[in-house]
Amino acid sequence: MADATHFAGIDLGSAFTKAVVITGDGEVVGRHVERTGISFETNADKVFDGALNEAGLTRAQVKAVGATGVGRRNCAFATVVKPEIGCFAKGVFFHQRGLCVVIDIGGQDNKIIRVTAQGQQDFFKMNRKCAAGTGAFLEEISFKLAVPQPEMNARASRATKVVSIGSYCTVFSATEIIHHIREGHDVDAIFRGVYESVVKRVLEMAPITDTAVLAGGAIATNPVLVDLFREKLKVPVVVPPSPQTLGALGAALYARDGAASDDTDA
Amino acid sequence: MTKAAKTRTSEEISVGEIRATNELKRILKDAFQGFFPKEGPAPKVAWCTSVGPAELLIAMGFKVYYPENHGALLGATRLANEYMGAANALGYSPDICSYLTADVGAFLQHQTPLTKAYGIPGVPKPDVLVYNTNQCREVQDWFMFYARHFKVPAFGVISPNMVNELEPSQIDYCAAQLKDLSFALGKIAGATLDHDRLAEVVELSRQTSVLWGEFLDFGRHKPAPMTFFDGCIQMAPAVVLRGTKPAVDYYRLLNDELRAHVARNDAAVKGETVRLYWEGMPLWGKLRYFSETLGGMGANAVASTYCNSWVFDDFDAKDPFRSMARAYTEIFINRSEAKKEELMKAMLERFEIDGVIYHDAKTCPHNSNSRFGMPQRLSAATGIPHLVMNGDLCDLRCFSEEQTTTSLEAFVEQLKERN
Repeated sequence: MADATHFAGIDLGSAFTKAVVITGDGEVVGRHVERTGISFETNADKVFDGALNEAGLTRAQVKAVGATGVGRRNCAFATVVKPEIGCFAKGVFFHQRGLCVVIDIGGQDNKIIRVTAQGQQDFFKMNRKCAAGTGAFLEEISFKLAVPQPEMNARASRATKVVSIGSYCTVFSATEIIHHIREGHDVDAIFRGVYESVVKRVLEMAPITDTAVLAGGAIATNPVLVDLFREKLKVPVVVPPSPQTLGALGAALYARDGAASDDTDA
Repeated sequence: MTKAAKTRTSEEISVGEIRATNELKRILKDAFQGFFPKEGPAPKVAWCTSVGPAELLIAMGFKVYYPENHGALLGATRLANEYMGAANALGYSPDICSYLTADVGAFLQHQTPLTKAYGIPGVPKPDVLVYNTNQCREVQDWFMFYARHFKVPAFGVISPNMVNELEPSQIDYCAAQLKDLSFALGKIAGATLDHDRLAEVVELSRQTSVLWGEFLDFGRHKPAPMTFFDGCIQMAPAVVLRGTKPAVDYYRLLNDELRAHVARNDAAVKGETVRLYWEGMPLWGKLRYFSETLGGMGANAVASTYCNSWVFDDFDAKDPFRSMARAYTEIFINRSEAKKEELMKAMLERFEIDGVIYHDAKTCPHNSNSRFGMPQRLSAATGIPHLVMNGDLCDLRCFSEEQTTTSLEAFVEQLKERN
């Protein structure tokens, strides 16, 4: 344990499991992402080992591990367990000092988190029990139309028009899209409308009045969302490095700072 | 690396069950078995809404049954989702009150948890149905379903709603309806109203209400000796035995026990560090989940709008009709948005609240106060943060435990960082 100088964070999300390994200064030296699939436990091990491998480290060199995300309690080797809202706030604050609003678009949850100039989360809001506007929505549309997300993203980026998608429900949005395709609308414009609907759902959650910091897997894999947020928001829009692993970074920082888990006596 | 400590168990969180609850079970069993006496004639039965004119019905000799209580029981036993589909199929939408759809659905399938709980054959058949629209308009449609089925009369007290400051004319209006109702009920009861008996029943309701308020006020103590979730169980006599002596006797017993807890500084949540206010309906099928999730983090919901809705300040045996009219019209749910905010602010101050949880119940818009910007306005006015949580009173399809756990943990963490 004398050689244990590093820290790790594991974000066990509904769609992807992410790991980062950091130094005592918070520098990310290893990172790994895998689809979550059906076993949180197996994937936690896999991403941890993947990140360690990238860093050229062993588990013995890691002093503490923070776990976050929907499967945070399924990470057997975690020393600290924290909800992802605080982890995103902490991960974002590491890169973005000053008052800001985190917009996290994850697999099943959207979150808006206000972070104070001192790095404290002082307000947050999550989406309702509904997939519209989340990463799951984009996955569903991609699957339904048999168009991979990178292609959807590229086509939406080059679109010069937008076909609005008005449905609240993910399933009925897909039906609406098929209706537009049948009517002969430009497919690129339909894809742009799909991404616009995600942005609209998020902006309906709470007013964004300070610098917006974009986070989450959907942001990482769909850069057109960044363009659309920049188009719609009247505040600076920032994308920190590796937006998909910001929650894992926050968990690692909590582990480094010796935080106690929220749900424990520790 | 050492592993994170395990989540605290319910035994570690709580001082344990309130002992008086055994007596509560007994008096409720007595009350429900009273609908089906082993000897003598069956009582005339009136079904009544939970904030309806029970005193008048009791005074006229009816035994009173409360369908809303049955709805809550269906929710608490997690049976509601098994039954509400039958009501949906009859045209009662999944978007309307899930007390209604669960209760009607259970009735259509000849099921009730009352049989297992109290050993009675089923819900007692009504001779008359009486509702008050002070809570919502759904109660009218709910009771009319049974009026058609049983071919019995249904009478409604139509209350002015969205009341800001209650005006004398509004009290007169409701009091007149109650007086008229007494004549209509007399024909069914086969007797005229005994005014002395009404005064006696109103006095028992007043005492019940005062004692229930005293119980809820124990939540002011730091640490609080009980939680909102305890309140959801202990409120039963204030709702279904109001106007009877067993309710008064029970709350005396309960409050003696709570007084002893307060004297010993017993905490319902060990290490209480965060004091929460619960706005809106309980999620009946998830009381234990909320109690343990919040308790495990040292957070206690010490006060609520819901439990306080059965504290009636105005019952007066000297003026039964007008005092009933006032008490039933000025309930929180029936007030203007501005008045609700004023009442909420006073509660947040009185109970020294750190954060407010608003339950946005999918099928209960009337008792979901987060839909017109109130949380944002109250947080701005008081500096007390809030969390809006989606769910429902009975329909668990509207609730995501995973998402809620994340929200609760993040909210409590946020409040701890402020304290």
